[in-house]
Amino acid sequence: MALTDEDVREILRIIDTAGTHEIRVQTEGFSLHVVRGDGGAATTRSAGADVGQPGAADVAPTAAAAAAAAANVTQAAADDEFLTIESPMLGIFYRAEAPGEPPFVEVGSIVEADTIVCIIEVMKMMNSVPAGVAGKIVAISSENGLLVEFGEPLFRVEPA
Amino acid sequence: MKRVFIANRGEIAVRIVRACRELGLESVVGVSDADRGGLAARLADRSICIGPAPAAASYLRDDLVVMAAVGTDCDAIHPGYGFLAESARLASRALSEGLVFVGPPPEVIELTGDKLRAREQAVLAGLPVLPGRAVESVEQALSLADEIGYPVLLKAAGGGGGRGIKLVHEASELPSLFSLSRAEAQAAFDDDRVYIERFIANARHIEVQIAADHLGEVVHLGERDCSVQRRYQKLIEEAPAPALATSVRDAIRAAAVTLARKLGYRNLGTVEFVLDADTDEFFFLEVNCRIQVEHPVTEALTGRDLVRLQLRIADGAPLGFGQSQVTFAGHAIECRLCAEDPAHGFRPSPGTLTAFAVPALAGLRVDTHCEPGAVIPPYYDSLMAKLIAHGEDRERALAVLLEALDDTEVEGVECNRDFLREVLRHPDFRAGAVPTDWLGRALA
Repeated sequence: MALTDEDVREILRIIDTAGTHEIRVQTEGFSLHVVRGDGGAATTRSAGADVGQPGAADVAPTAAAAAAAAANVTQAAADDEFLTIESPMLGIFYRAEAPGEPPFVEVGSIVEADTIVCIIEVMKMMNSVPAGVAGKIVAISSENGLLVEFGEPLFRVEPA
Repeated sequence: MKRVFIANRGEIAVRIVRACRELGLESVVGVSDADRGGLAARLADRSICIGPAPAAASYLRDDLVVMAAVGTDCDAIHPGYGFLAESARLASRALSEGLVFVGPPPEVIELTGDKLRAREQAVLAGLPVLPGRAVESVEQALSLADEIGYPVLLKAAGGGGGRGIKLVHEASELPSLFSLSRAEAQAAFDDDRVYIERFIANARHIEVQIAADHLGEVVHLGERDCSVQRRYQKLIEEAPAPALATSVRDAIRAAAVTLARKLGYRNLGTVEFVLDADTDEFFFLEVNCRIQVEHPVTEALTGRDLVRLQLRIADGAPLGFGQSQVTFAGHAIECRLCAEDPAHGFRPSPGTLTAFAVPALAGLRVDTHCEPGAVIPPYYDSLMAKLIAHGEDRERALAVLLEALDDTEVEGVECNRDFLREVLRHPDFRAGAVPTDWLGRALA
């Protein structure tokens, strides 16, 4: 059983409205452990890394982590200090609203979770992609106008 | 045609990759997140992840498929079977992007996808159809069923695959089954039109493989008997159809070719018939606009590679052979090895294969994407492998298939291997032809 973005958002919405500090859900082949964090960078990273893993999903949400899950932010390795914004869908990667317009972000740009970082086009449908995490863009992993696959790394972010 | 996008997964994706290689074509497989590490993705020249695991978000998205095909510089799309294989929308979308669609033209897919329109065309072409027609209300259904005589079958107009089909024994059952059939048809095909046909008690499922090129040349590649079914799903298929009079065999094959010509069919397809085993009368059922799961039995008999033929015809090549050059040798039987649990109502049994081995035997072909360590995800159908045995006669083919199943090793998931052995060893099946309701009565 894999979690979709919608599932994660729904889980986080429930926790936000419930006002509890910690939730554990355990069913056959699936366990979810969510602890309300203090917004520290370390908890943010563990959130991204474990979302969607069947079997044991330890989600430690903060304000940043909530949006991060929605935008497919992951951590490549446990000791990696940066997060990766992955493409939420297959399509053409565009860095700007339109040709000739300035890019949404550059290396060094400071982003919030809801800052639009790029557009993914699927058969003339333009989909805006939010950063999903607050921080500083440290690398741009794909080139403007190229096809990206589902889950492909787009940006590297140093979390705030 | 230089590079083919494969919009499918599992054994058929592997099968198409191999056919592309043999023709000197490059292949790109569009995989879901669950199939990234699969055999098809590894064998293809390239794979690209088109979406998350659930098919509705990946394998069933024609926009993503066309986008991925264009973006990877493919010039053709092969849809395989299932998923979008009979999607007129995918076909026309592909064409409008300048891609070749490996299948019939979108108009033909659309027409044959509507079972009532296909039936009309069959009537116009002079093919026998079962007494019946569309019904829009319970009153209409009751009056038509009276006219035809019970039992009758309720079927969905929007598509086949067994969904929406209800057997009605008597008038008292009709109102509730009518509603149920309509609801199922609506859910499966977004089309709640249903129709009623006469039910044949002692029925056999016979289908004819056809091939047609852009010059209008149409040939048949013989018939297959797919009467061993569980809940309208085929389990064992063979060619030629056993115990069939030559005159009937010839007439069914000719009827399929006649209909294909009438439809302006192109590429490969299958015309399905129901045969009344008591009277030897046959009736048109439907046309399938795709490569069938069971195509290997026809390949074994004719010595022709049907997937390669699909790709060549799609590329504009003529058939290159006439009906007189289609010959048939021996007998072939295929069985579908599935990750499902016969002890629990054949429920799917996803998991990781800790062992998977099928013996190499003379006369045995195995089409599979499975290997030790492979994951059978819970999102898709449970087919693990097709075992196809070919021998000089039915008895020999059966012996090879049984030997193969005896030595097949599957661990990590439940599978239907022992159930298949039981079916193949059953005296009724060994004796020859069985009707479509046989399996349910004899074993299930």
